[in-house]
Amino acid sequence: MGGWAIAVHGGAGVDPNLPPQRQEEAKQLLARCLNLGISSLRSNASAIDVVELVVRELETDPLFNSGRGSALTAKGTVEMEASIMDGTKRRCGAVSGLTTVKNPISLARLVMDKSPHSYLAFSGAEEFARLQGVEVVENEYFITPENVGMLKLAKEANTILFDYRIPTNGYDTCGAGVESPMKMNGLPISVYAPETVGCVVVDKEGRCAAATSTGGLMNKMTGRIGDSPLIGAGTYACELCGVSCTGEGEAIIRGTLAREVAAVMEYKGLGLQEAVDFVIKNRLDEGFAGLIAVSNKGEVAYGFNCNGMFRGCATEDGFMEVGIWE
Amino acid sequence: MGWAIAVHGGAGDISRSLPHERRQPREEALRHCLQIGIKALQSNLSPLDVVELVVRELENIPHFNAGRGSVLTSKGTVEMEASIMDGNTMRCGAVSGLTTVLNAVSLARLVMEKTPHIYLAFDGAEQFAREQGVEIVDSSHFITPENVERLKLAKEANRVQIDYNAQPIQNDTKKEAPCANGDSQIGTVGCVAVDCHGNLASATSTGGLVNKMAGRIGDTPVIGAGTYANELCAVSATGKGESIIRGTVARDVAALMEFKGLSLKEAADCVVHERTPKGTVGLIAVSAAGEVAMPFNTTGMFRGCATEDGHLEVAIWSDAEI
Repeated sequence: MGGWAIAVHGGAGVDPNLPPQRQEEAKQLLARCLNLGISSLRSNASAIDVVELVVRELETDPLFNSGRGSALTAKGTVEMEASIMDGTKRRCGAVSGLTTVKNPISLARLVMDKSPHSYLAFSGAEEFARLQGVEVVENEYFITPENVGMLKLAKEANTILFDYRIPTNGYDTCGAGVESPMKMNGLPISVYAPETVGCVVVDKEGRCAAATSTGGLMNKMTGRIGDSPLIGAGTYACELCGVSCTGEGEAIIRGTLAREVAAVMEYKGLGLQEAVDFVIKNRLDEGFAGLIAVSNKGEVAYGFNCNGMFRGCATEDGFMEVGIWE
Repeated sequence: MGWAIAVHGGAGDISRSLPHERRQPREEALRHCLQIGIKALQSNLSPLDVVELVVRELENIPHFNAGRGSVLTSKGTVEMEASIMDGNTMRCGAVSGLTTVLNAVSLARLVMEKTPHIYLAFDGAEQFAREQGVEIVDSSHFITPENVERLKLAKEANRVQIDYNAQPIQNDTKKEAPCANGDSQIGTVGCVAVDCHGNLASATSTGGLVNKMAGRIGDTPVIGAGTYANELCAVSATGKGESIIRGTVARDVAALMEFKGLSLKEAADCVVHERTPKGTVGLIAVSAAGEVAMPFNTTGMFRGCATEDGHLEVAIWSDAEI
């Protein structure tokens, strides 16, 4: 037992009709990020440094919904949020409402390390970013043509969401049976952008860390905050484990999902996989979500109750996998 | 079984030599809000309605750090936040960065009930408030001379810290500036309630931390940290935001009850006395069975509670000498 372990995710809730080429691109990105984390771990980087490094990579790549490639607000702009937690002393940092900061996760880290607070948002966070001298860019940098198209579809979908003429696409839904197309967070799965990217790591010293970053919900109201920057909901790390969640924000928040994994390990004595399974099974009701987790014993686990989650994991003994579906 | 209600007006380093004129108005206010809550429970209002009603009242009273009477940011402005949670459905709502909304807790409730989201902040929240037609005032309404003074003292204290310490602020020096008159600056207000059917709800509201950076969010709007309610209990926490967030305080009380079978009192005591650093946290909690717990590990906590069997108390410190 022991040794390092790492997991990454690119969001839960995947369109079953996602073209094979996109699936391939996603898997390659996940593998690349895993390898980046693995190299660092082999060079004895600490868990907190590795999760930041890996999430920066995910933010920079436009494929997933964070940093560049973030989902758009109802106004067509980008508002990003992120959080990071260091299991050793449960120090944490979070940011919301970022519009020009190139790497939100790094600003979250600076909030943790360099500010007297744990969570900064909107113009206050942007001001802090400038004081810290982090890289800032125009909001347009984060906007991809693909997401502009998705926003348009999302707006159309919202106006015809309850129209019985929407074809059902004929695939299985998970959870309660519904006659309308598979939906997540109120959007048809074809326009829903799996929210968030995340990384959890346990390093050679058994220290756990977690980091999560997102552009949030497609077509969200300006000012909407999801689960990703909320400690205990989207991100959590303590001495026992590190967890990063993704999926329907409301379900994750009310289920305090990330904290829950650690709580059942601590208070019920469950092992990591058992804890992950327990939480996914019992804490989501009708909500759809997924999560990745590592334990201080060098284990890695993931779980999700929707039809897919972009993820990858690796452990020091050579195990490595990247996947999307069950 | 029977209804129960608890309120708080903030936990912190409340000196026992707090002058009468600073004690009495707050004790009165807590009694007054408690009475409002009791009458509401007796009239069979839902706990969700009760906690909103009581917290609105606390927000309107300028003696506490919420709504009018909120502490000021480093820019001398107010940025208010709140959250509310319904134990039955576990639906929740939260707001941050409000500057003109008269009652933050009511806007949090509207976010819960009228949007597909849980949490709205800053400009987006203010915009939503206008769309909903809630009562808006000029932000000067919330600012009291007492808080202008507090900010001044806090800035002076910080200046001294900076003189002695040229390093960037380290994590372990995150603390509120000391206040000369012994008043607690670490405030929030909150209310938890359970009706005779075991329905639970919780709400918390605050102006945040004196001299905070603009944009700083604390534990109050973070579900699981400052506020939580489920079928077992309802909890509202107060104290040092970072400790409450990293300790997921409100959620942990419920988790201990659920996963370790602890009673409300045991769970609340465990979280406050064993799982968070001394001097950082206080909370109020009620259980589905109508029990109340109000532990704190700070010098004091402005609080009050009442149960259907006639018990009623308002207190600040921890022994019978109120």
